[in-house]
Amino acid sequence: MNMIANWFGGSADVDARRRALLGIGSFLLPLLAWCLISYTPFIWHPKVLVTDPGGVDYFQVDMRVDKAMFKEEVANMQQAHLALPQGQPSNPIYLPAPDEVAKAFYNGFVNPPSNTDVPSMPASLWHSIQIIFWGFLLSSLIGVPLGILSGTYATLGRLNEPFIEFFRYLPAPAFGALAVAILGIYNGPKIAIIVIGTLFQQVLIIANTTRKLETTLIEAARTLGSKNLKLLTKVVVPGILPDLYRDQRILLGWAWTYLIVAELIGTSSGITWFITQQARYQHFDNVYAAIMTIGLIGFGSDLILARLGRRLFPWDRTQDRQ
Amino acid sequence: MNLMEPILPSYLDQSDAVRERFERIRQRETILEVRKLGKRYRSPQGEVEALRGIDFSVRRREFVCVIGPSGCGKSTLIRILAGLDKHTSGEALLDGKPITGPGQDRGMVFQGYSLFPWLTVKKNVMFGPHMKGEGNDQAERDAQLWLELVGLEKFADAYPHQLSGGMRQRVAIARALVNQPRILLMDEPFGALDAQTRAKMQSHLIDIWRNIDVTVLFITHDLDEAIYLADRILVLKAHPGEVQEVIEVPVPRPRTPGQFNSPEFRATKARLEALIHPAPEPLPEDEQAVKPHMIRFTDVHDNVE
Repeated sequence: MNMIANWFGGSADVDARRRALLGIGSFLLPLLAWCLISYTPFIWHPKVLVTDPGGVDYFQVDMRVDKAMFKEEVANMQQAHLALPQGQPSNPIYLPAPDEVAKAFYNGFVNPPSNTDVPSMPASLWHSIQIIFWGFLLSSLIGVPLGILSGTYATLGRLNEPFIEFFRYLPAPAFGALAVAILGIYNGPKIAIIVIGTLFQQVLIIANTTRKLETTLIEAARTLGSKNLKLLTKVVVPGILPDLYRDQRILLGWAWTYLIVAELIGTSSGITWFITQQARYQHFDNVYAAIMTIGLIGFGSDLILARLGRRLFPWDRTQDRQ
Repeated sequence: MNLMEPILPSYLDQSDAVRERFERIRQRETILEVRKLGKRYRSPQGEVEALRGIDFSVRRREFVCVIGPSGCGKSTLIRILAGLDKHTSGEALLDGKPITGPGQDRGMVFQGYSLFPWLTVKKNVMFGPHMKGEGNDQAERDAQLWLELVGLEKFADAYPHQLSGGMRQRVAIARALVNQPRILLMDEPFGALDAQTRAKMQSHLIDIWRNIDVTVLFITHDLDEAIYLADRILVLKAHPGEVQEVIEVPVPRPRTPGQFNSPEFRATKARLEALIHPAPEPLPEDEQAVKPHMIRFTDVHDNVE
């Protein structure tokens, strides 16, 4: 009981190491489960990987067949007094083992394919990152000022928020065909989908954050002689800045989730093109490697931004609790 | 009644020195004049009259406390004077000019400190001068000066969250005074402080007031605090907020904590208590509904009293 209390409550300084350990553990646990399923032959493994077809005419080396079918063929061969097929338990092709994915990941970056038909993983990723960057930048250029203004001036908020509230329920991919008709088939419609997917949430979230600024801070500033534009630039904006930064981090993650859908619109491109191509050739190790790279980039950039936030806003108390 | 208890003098009795002092205050010019001030507003429960016919004036360098039960509109009154709320009738004049909105001629200190958390202590104090259009150097010199006055020059580069409650309120006072307002409006500024810090801040505030040309209007619900600080106490009553009495505090200056037991102090406090808690008010309905049913959970012989 006491130990449980220590792990869950506890004081802040002792917790730092435990928190790091738990954080690593949260990644190790799923990895462990994956290893168990992949490397323990008696867990799951519903297929048999043929190593020697024996007398079965349609079996080939490296073919995966159902366990039941393999047993049946073994029995058939025994009756026919032909060579027995050999094989080892294996998982379906769509679940590669961790080492295979790790190899694919390494090869993806170190030995890009010589074949120019197949896009390389770094090039695909770079293209995707550019789409995200421009989509998020465009969305922020409109969404951040509009959100702050809507949160500060009630009239403006009431004028646009009901419509935005309505619009945010329209699924962004639904605009795909329209975006292609207007913006062509290359990067334009993809960036547009990311903007549509992010912008409307952004305005509402930032307006809400702005409204949560303590009114007494604004009142204090007014008694000290600030009004209108100065009130906005010297009090409202710096007052919400740490929260605004946090909102932007969450919204950037949001933009990433729209990436795959966006890249399917018009000509498929970027990491989505890479993933669909590799899946078509049944190179699922590459597919997993690419999906995980998206996760790593998203998670990694958020970690960096969180660190940066602590540097940028030393006065922000809520960060201590993260 | 205890026979050993000496009979208190009337709170209206003033020693010669005190009477003379009030005479001198009355000679000074009026800084703040409030005439027939009223405030009504609509609420979900219907129209509420927060203030009705408030009349009083404050002379230059006078220290006036406003006291009253909760709901008497003392916060509304100070917010109207600060220009943060609008009154609906009557007028409020500062140096003869009507108050229409917030301005640097009135400084305000809030109960919740309301320091800007993203600015250091010094930058907080420099906020007002910057708004006035002062350059960085001038603003910094001013800030330095006022931080020294409140004793926080060593904490100039700290952020508000690194300071204790008392220190934060000192910064708030410096930030309000750096604009050299005609009147300092204080809305229960020490309400959130512990008793010891509060006493220290009260003495410090009197020190500041003694040394600079500023008039103070101070809201509190603490009777001792009001008597200890004020020249005059404006007693409000609730529903609607009206002036019940203006008391000239007969406790001589300079004030010391030792005076808390003086006959004048106790007489004034007795009067304030009579004004603010007259008859025991009936409890609000939700409080009446609470009837604890006490059950014995310990051994019958295990008594604590």
